[in-house]
Amino acid sequence: MASVCFYFQVHQPQRLRHYTVFDRDEHYFDDYKNASICRKVANKCYLPANRMFLDLIRRYKGRFKIAYSLTGVLLEQLQAYSPEVLSTFDALAQTGCVEFLGETYYHSLSFLNSRNEFMEQVNKHLDTIENLFGQRPRIFRNTELIYNNDLAVLMESTGKFDAILAEGADHILGYRSPNFVYQPKGCQRLKLLLKNYALSDDIAFRFSNRNWTEWPLTAEKFAQWVSSVNGNGQTVNLFMDYETFGEHQWEDTGIFDFMRHLPEEILKHPDNNFKTPSEVVDSYEAVGTIDVPHIVSWADIERDLSAWLGNPMQSNAFYELYKLEKKIKKTGDEKLIADWRKLQISDHFYYMCTKYFSDGDVHKYFNPYDSPYDSYINFMNVLDNLRGRCARYQQQMQQAPQQQQLACAV
Amino acid sequence: MRVFMLGWEFPPFISGGLGTACYGLTKALDQLGIGVTFVLPRMVDSQYATHVKLLCPGSKQSSEYIKELKNVKFCTVSSPLQPYTTSDSYQRMVEEILRRKQKGSTSGPGIGGLNYCGDMYSEVHRYAAMAAQLAEGEDFDVIHAHDWMTFLAGITVATLSGKPLIVHIHSTEFDRSGENVNQMVYDIERKGMHLADRVVAVSNYTRNIIIERYGVSPDKVDVVHNGSENNGNGGWVSGDVDIKKGEKIVLFMGRITMQKGPEYFLMAAKKVLEVMDNVKFVMAGSGDLMRKSIEMAAGLGIGHKVLFTGFLQGEAVQRIYKMADLFVMPSVSEPFGLVPLEALQNDVPVIISKQSGVSEVLRHALKVDFWDVNEIANKIVAVLKYPPLETTLRNYGNFEVRKLRWKDAAAKCAKIYADMLIPV
Repeated sequence: MASVCFYFQVHQPQRLRHYTVFDRDEHYFDDYKNASICRKVANKCYLPANRMFLDLIRRYKGRFKIAYSLTGVLLEQLQAYSPEVLSTFDALAQTGCVEFLGETYYHSLSFLNSRNEFMEQVNKHLDTIENLFGQRPRIFRNTELIYNNDLAVLMESTGKFDAILAEGADHILGYRSPNFVYQPKGCQRLKLLLKNYALSDDIAFRFSNRNWTEWPLTAEKFAQWVSSVNGNGQTVNLFMDYETFGEHQWEDTGIFDFMRHLPEEILKHPDNNFKTPSEVVDSYEAVGTIDVPHIVSWADIERDLSAWLGNPMQSNAFYELYKLEKKIKKTGDEKLIADWRKLQISDHFYYMCTKYFSDGDVHKYFNPYDSPYDSYINFMNVLDNLRGRCARYQQQMQQAPQQQQLACAV
Repeated sequence: MRVFMLGWEFPPFISGGLGTACYGLTKALDQLGIGVTFVLPRMVDSQYATHVKLLCPGSKQSSEYIKELKNVKFCTVSSPLQPYTTSDSYQRMVEEILRRKQKGSTSGPGIGGLNYCGDMYSEVHRYAAMAAQLAEGEDFDVIHAHDWMTFLAGITVATLSGKPLIVHIHSTEFDRSGENVNQMVYDIERKGMHLADRVVAVSNYTRNIIIERYGVSPDKVDVVHNGSENNGNGGWVSGDVDIKKGEKIVLFMGRITMQKGPEYFLMAAKKVLEVMDNVKFVMAGSGDLMRKSIEMAAGLGIGHKVLFTGFLQGEAVQRIYKMADLFVMPSVSEPFGLVPLEALQNDVPVIISKQSGVSEVLRHALKVDFWDVNEIANKIVAVLKYPPLETTLRNYGNFEVRKLRWKDAAAKCAKIYADMLIPV
């Protein structure tokens, strides 16, 4: 039996506006740019892809299934700039063939710094998804598939999840295959699903690469690769960015046609089927334990944190941001807390990456800044202003009771 | 392979980047085993001492070899031509020489009988004539001429010898003078570029100027970026600079002329000082806008925060780099710009103008539009305020600058020479 388990990551960051040391106002985000990118991606990817998957689900009457992880910051932007996309996601949710996964609302790296903040964001995301789509996620994926044993143990302890996702990196698997269900070390109940990065990347990265020996990739060929897993695996976990459809791989590469034909080709083999992550977890027992003492992620060749925290600027910005946690939360000011949380969006740190020479091209493509230095300067200027607001707020709170007393005395 | 190279300055006779570039390129060509006959105009009345013993020719040529450059032969043509001179300053210079000569205060042999022409235009022609004479006795395959003053000489030698000519553009009249170009200089530059078999530009930025403003066919123009000479972490300074300072130092280094954008530096300084107090701005260099800049600093009310050092050389340069926290180059139009590389070699992070050739080869530098004073100030403040930014820029920048080697520039030139010698 080989089950194909698709999960698509859907995320758009809230990009900062150009903010200099001379700026004073409290509006940090580039609404115009965010709106136009959101609408552009909606038209090129979200709308056509959602329509396609809706068609496929209807055509295969319950035999074709997929999963999404939608970040909170994306949902907010869709609500504001492209509400029609939200309604198509809702239509997908209604089919019963689509599962929504849980993650941090702000697509943040908070697990690495503050477990409190991390859990608050996870819970906020659970509530948001339940409100919007009527299902409470049972599967967790951390930002950029950042994962280690501690994370698994923490998520099991919440009792809210059945499984967690991670990158099927060679160095954690060794000789083993990603095509089975595993158990994280230190867990009794929670299961682990690992991304089959080779097959996932064939679609997400290599699909349109004409120098690739397998180009052009047809649905038939891909289905053969999947079918060959039969007998030595149970699930093929294809995890990728949703923007693969129409944005990273443009429509004229044939990516939509490929996807439209894929279910048919996969289902031609009688032993194949499609399952959502929850169904995979229910269908298969864990075949072994995976020990991941060190962090893995799905990024770059290194599969580590170096894309976000690889240079002194990144660590500094990250550290300075989380240093404010207590003070910010103490204010109880919703706007202030929301601004602080939006600064946690992992993309802000990704923009500061200086690993130019190998993965640099990918980094550059998604980067609204000319250089990582510009992005750091901008971020730090915003953070400075936020810190100032926080301090002023505290001052006011201290003064407020005194003023009340004065008022009473008068 | 032998190159007949027409330069106009060579260490230690340096007043700007051109001499450094010629030295770097020649030395690297030498290491590639390519022979160079280096011709340069030389003012007879020089007060500099040099390890190259230069003979004053009258009409006879002189030639010298420098020890470490075994394939390079130096020839000098007696002439008061110097880079970065204008017609006016040339006139003054010639008059000065004549005056001193009358007083009998000049030193050095063989002055008598020299015939200086009264204006720069004739002098460029005279240099051409003398270079042609000099070329007669030389054996070479290609002619490589650096910047406009040598172009007529290059053309003459090419015509007489029938060898291919390359003109190398380190700066154009538009860089030096903005829109107020000297028509004579422009005409010579244009003529040189059009008559040359190939044109080498020091950057894509300059290549675009050559194509757009001089109407040169794009397929004739190659880009050869400059390298950087010193690959260490700056020089060791005797009498270690032990500066205990509470103040940050932001450095401007270069000629204080329109081209280098000193007024943008000062306006940015003014803005920085609005939000930071413990900063001093140092302007190292001299030039025709120096007095104006001093007045401007005073006018902006930041006179006490801006220091003018005048032109610095040798150890003083090293010392100022040791003191500086940041180097800023707000050039209005910079064909290449070697000074930021020097700053990075000395562990000083740099902010450079986007209107420069060097911004094409440096990634680990902050880049600004020269006119965007607000952004220059924003970036200055950021570097001074956030140590991780300074550290990252400094470490990665220093590493990056080591990869910009003259060897690669020379290899590109060698390829151009070879291409030209293929019979059509």
